[in-house]
Amino acid sequence: MGKTLFEKIWDAHVVVEKESSPSLIYVDRHLVHEVTSPQAFDGLRMNNRIVRRPDLTIATMDHNVPTNDRSLPILDQTSAIQIKTLEKNCKDFGIKLFDINSPNQGIVHVIGPQLGITLPGSTIVCGDSHTSTHGAFGALAFGIGTSDVEHVLASQTIWLEKPEPFEIRVEGKRKKPHAVTAKDIILSIIKNIGTAGGTGTVIEYSGEGIADLSMEQRMTICNMSIEGGARAGLVAPDEKTFDYLRNRQYTPKNYESLVEYWREHLTTDKDAKFRKTFTLHIDNISPQVSWGTNPGMTCDVTDSVPSSEDYSNGDENQKKAADKALEYMNLKSGTPITEIKIDRVFIGSCTNARLEDLIEASRVIKGQKVSENVRAMVVPGSQMVKKQAEEMGIDKIFTKANFEWREAGCSMCLGMNPDILSPGERCASTSNRNFEGRQGTGGLTHLVSPVMAAAAALEGHFVDVRNLDLN
Amino acid sequence: MDSFKKLKTIITPLDQVNVDTDQIVPKQFLKLVQKSGFGKYLFFNWRYDEHEKQKQDFVLNDKKYQNSQILVTGENFGCGSSREHAVWALKDYGFLVIIAPSFADIFYSNCFKNGILPIKLEQKIVEKLKQESGELEVDLENQILKTHNEKISFNIDSYKKKILLEGLDDISQTLKFEEKISQFEKQSIIPSVL
Repeated sequence: MGKTLFEKIWDAHVVVEKESSPSLIYVDRHLVHEVTSPQAFDGLRMNNRIVRRPDLTIATMDHNVPTNDRSLPILDQTSAIQIKTLEKNCKDFGIKLFDINSPNQGIVHVIGPQLGITLPGSTIVCGDSHTSTHGAFGALAFGIGTSDVEHVLASQTIWLEKPEPFEIRVEGKRKKPHAVTAKDIILSIIKNIGTAGGTGTVIEYSGEGIADLSMEQRMTICNMSIEGGARAGLVAPDEKTFDYLRNRQYTPKNYESLVEYWREHLTTDKDAKFRKTFTLHIDNISPQVSWGTNPGMTCDVTDSVPSSEDYSNGDENQKKAADKALEYMNLKSGTPITEIKIDRVFIGSCTNARLEDLIEASRVIKGQKVSENVRAMVVPGSQMVKKQAEEMGIDKIFTKANFEWREAGCSMCLGMNPDILSPGERCASTSNRNFEGRQGTGGLTHLVSPVMAAAAALEGHFVDVRNLDLN
Repeated sequence: MDSFKKLKTIITPLDQVNVDTDQIVPKQFLKLVQKSGFGKYLFFNWRYDEHEKQKQDFVLNDKKYQNSQILVTGENFGCGSSREHAVWALKDYGFLVIIAPSFADIFYSNCFKNGILPIKLEQKIVEKLKQESGELEVDLENQILKTHNEKISFNIDSYKKKILLEGLDDISQTLKFEEKISQFEKQSIIPSVL
């Protein structure tokens, strides 16, 4: 029987295999950041261990870095300590660090591909669940906890139970592709399969709807695999993949010979079997807006906020969850999504803060002004994205429209730095999680695409961006 | 790592599905650089109001459960962020067993690295345990739960069971395979980053 792409990458990385037990899997790339690593380095010190392969390990600081003026000291002392700790750990253990002043600094999942560190057919781990982003390049990439960060630092391997392959086919063509985006595809998928739909699996995204996407759009899709419960998500590499990674700062010297090998090997065999399959037809999908407190609680922009009965389909536990979500979100069922007023807009995060995202959003706002009731900010995914956007004059479009244009980091996706919502503030956000309090205690998050967020910033409420002239 | 063999306490029923790790330990407490002391932040936004006073309607604030070491909850527990701080907080607070119909993958794996036993049971058995809300004996060696009137068996991967029973240090186990790791590295086609 043939193998899926995931199974091929898995098999190529098994170091030790035991009957019905986890396998020891080799890790080709280990990305490290300041929040989930300090305890791992402490563990190494306590046991007199070294980092086995510093040459496969790269660190940056992203989760709690301030996004205002980088020449100012960090006021939050606990953040400052965490950042200093990463600096010391990288120095002590010989790890390459892109620190707060590096032109390569940025969200770890944005800089990996940009620097050519992410490679097809490789295994990539990081103490962050959105490591799945790198799967867009045909890598097997997944998030791990801090104990496993320590384990990988010490051994360059990880014990893993083999996940099942899950095929998600995206068929058809989007009408108005500047209005209906990769974010709307992945939110539609999660709405359908549920937030636990992918538990225990690695998703392979395929079909015309994926082949049509740019690399940056594929990253948005793979990024949110974890929101569908999957361990990882990946896309078989094609010429777009190989072109994207060519001539980056850390692209390997023997890149072309690797590409030849990857072209031949990194595909799912025709007779391979998936454990499950789901197909999404995208000809008629709409821009998506989340209304609840998990990413599965999402509807079309043309819909109204559902009732808990409609949402739960007879499942008592889901009904309770929906009631709790509606109460937390301060929403009444039956309210049209386009009548929901917002206070804040956040364009950023490892889901949607790459150059294309910023270009698309800037096309919506060009020559216009943010609604006077709204505070809007753009946080580029990396310093490199920021620089490229500035070279194109995109920062000016945002700042003229009264958006704040900030330095790179995770920022208000998770609110570990000073960029947070106040209690009761409602935000249109391009990030990945609408959990209670995620963007600030008592904050209310609606997940949307960059163009939907930009349009909401101008109008002060959600609008159907298909009605704008974007194509 | 601490080993886990057996315990008997009252259960704490947390009647919610899809409890994410942002709820288990909110982000403002992720800035610590050690593993200890996270118990006081467990379910912080559900346990405390904006003046940091205990909310009376949250189950952990019910004195009846204060010595409980077993949390019984809904499906997809621990979804979202990979933060191991969630497991450190549960452990530091005193929970050593978590029972649910399903767990998110990364959270499930993190439990075993910290001496917490996560048990997957059928939804209807979980519901019944939550409703009875009584004492439960958890016996890992024999993979048996005992309530006042019945015995329930549960499944667990044999390697993970051994790790918990013996409190094994994962890394020293792995480093025994040094030769195989080195062998693998010699034939790997993926080059160094630098």
